[in-house]
Amino acid sequence: MGRKLLTEHINVEGIDTFEVYRKHGGYRSVEKALKTMTPDEVVEEVKKSGLRGRGGAGFPTGLKWSFLAKPEGVPRYLVCNADESEPGTFKDRQLMSKLPHLLIEGMITSSYALGANTSYIYIRGELLYVLRILEKAIAEAYAAGFLGKNILGSGYDLDLYVHPGGGAYICGEETALLESLEGKRGNPRNKPPFPAVQGLYARPTVVNNVESIAAVPVIVNDGGDEYAKIGVGKSTGTKLISACGHLNKPGIYEIELGVPVEEFIYSDEYCGGIWKGRDLKAVVAGGSSVPILPKELILKTAAGENRLMTYESLSDGGFVTGTMLGSGGFIAMDETTCIVRNTWNFSRFYHHESCGQCSPCREGTGWLEKILHRLEHGHGNERDIDVLASVAKQIEGNTICPLGEAAAWPVSAAIRHFRDEFEWHIRHPQEATRPGAVYPGKAVLA
Amino acid sequence: MESTTAPVKPQFSEAAKAEIDRICKQYPEERRKSAMLPVLHIAQAEFGGWVAPEVQDLVAEVLGVKPIEVYEVSTFYTMFNLKPVGKHVLEICRTGPCQLRGSDELTLELERITGAKVGEGPSADGLFTLKEVECLAACGFAPVVQVREKYYEQLDTEASVNAMLSELRNMVHRPALPWEEKGLPNAVANN
Repeated sequence: MGRKLLTEHINVEGIDTFEVYRKHGGYRSVEKALKTMTPDEVVEEVKKSGLRGRGGAGFPTGLKWSFLAKPEGVPRYLVCNADESEPGTFKDRQLMSKLPHLLIEGMITSSYALGANTSYIYIRGELLYVLRILEKAIAEAYAAGFLGKNILGSGYDLDLYVHPGGGAYICGEETALLESLEGKRGNPRNKPPFPAVQGLYARPTVVNNVESIAAVPVIVNDGGDEYAKIGVGKSTGTKLISACGHLNKPGIYEIELGVPVEEFIYSDEYCGGIWKGRDLKAVVAGGSSVPILPKELILKTAAGENRLMTYESLSDGGFVTGTMLGSGGFIAMDETTCIVRNTWNFSRFYHHESCGQCSPCREGTGWLEKILHRLEHGHGNERDIDVLASVAKQIEGNTICPLGEAAAWPVSAAIRHFRDEFEWHIRHPQEATRPGAVYPGKAVLA
Repeated sequence: MESTTAPVKPQFSEAAKAEIDRICKQYPEERRKSAMLPVLHIAQAEFGGWVAPEVQDLVAEVLGVKPIEVYEVSTFYTMFNLKPVGKHVLEICRTGPCQLRGSDELTLELERITGAKVGEGPSADGLFTLKEVECLAACGFAPVVQVREKYYEQLDTEASVNAMLSELRNMVHRPALPWEEKGLPNAVANN
């Protein structure tokens, strides 16, 4: 059984209240940081921990913090990205609704490290009920003297607010999120300037994912070096994996990075295998944006090594035979799954969520959806697969924000690994579009 | 048929006004526009589950911005309903992980039971509007439907679907929001 750094007490009765959370060691990191450490010492511990951004990009959190501009007399902000919307990902919602004080504690300690006196949690609008939970917990923290003026007599002031979105995947992109927080449409900004220099209200700003912020208390309490001992190589610490799709036990699992993928899928400690006694067909391991891999390549790398739940192992082989850990949204598909249908579904998602600012994305995602819809419904032609691949390629790298890549990668990967299934839809449309049709394998194309 | 009486200008309840004041204080004074999305949520809850043009104008007035600044936001974010809706809006997640666990079938079933169609107006009895939405971040509990602030999860059995619908059918007033005192006229008059 792996260590649980974030979720150890998640099932404790009343852990969402200040009193119970405090009794289980809560808010110790605030005391330690504010009373015994300078802000830079906190940043240093986070650097040492090797913590990487848990929202999907995996960028080292401590390094991101060190980029924050600190001009004299200019306020700076910490904004928590709680706009969890990446299909397959549902960890932050669980963490915030069950352990609201963990995020609040992380926000206080992190804000202190960054010298922010006002911080925001931007939560997706659909989670208004979680916003209510957080606001209640924040009120408790104020009452206990952990927020507000002169926290614990340290002279440090912090106000913390929760801000709801309005239903837009794009607001998970940090500059779109900041636009949204300013009361505007969620159109990503051109960079540079980066948020670290000009973020919220054109002031220096750090934007971090919920899970990254929630890891800060344990890093401050135990020290960055201790945290870095967990995991494998540059994948340190624990990660929340949102397991969903055709699994016997879907749910949130906090794993020590380095668990073999095979163990994660099949062991009873985790997902307990594929539902209905079926075989595994494919996995999207890090949220819908990352490349899909067939069973053989998700369990073992192309070189035949066991694939591990780490940033490095999952990306072994690049995009030719590998994928990404991403947000940890782990979507398993059984042998009856239609890959064309699934790819169409994800393309519809990205088309729907494109903000429309950049033409390659606005138009390209529309074409991907249209062509995939046509293929899935038995009206495809032989050229469609190459057109799809070419549209995907032309979106990639040609947009302001990474939504373009997020839309292109799943299509490119599905064609790369399941091209024959697309061909089957074109050559045998009647069989392929029959309700409940299951691709019988390459032999049918011979 | 065109109405012959002048439309009544909508007004926020006292409770909502107090909540809006509280929210506006969360942002720097000159950045009142930041309260746009939270205030639109309050407006939608106050005025029957959708934001009519005159309601959006009211939001503009309250925030001290031009109406166009509200329109461009309300049309960008999917949570704001721009047309009248039924008493309950069922937001059915249609994205990959939910589709793998039967959201397509769930949508058809909800259309059959309620008589409403996705993307169209409310059911004949005025009770339900069906709306397909993208990922609700509850993929491990798929398929999922959101109604206002509540998530109904694992709707993969007849019993779970019926339980949700009968709960909604038996709901006289929408649940009160934190700033609304129980029994306050505005907490019960809408939706």
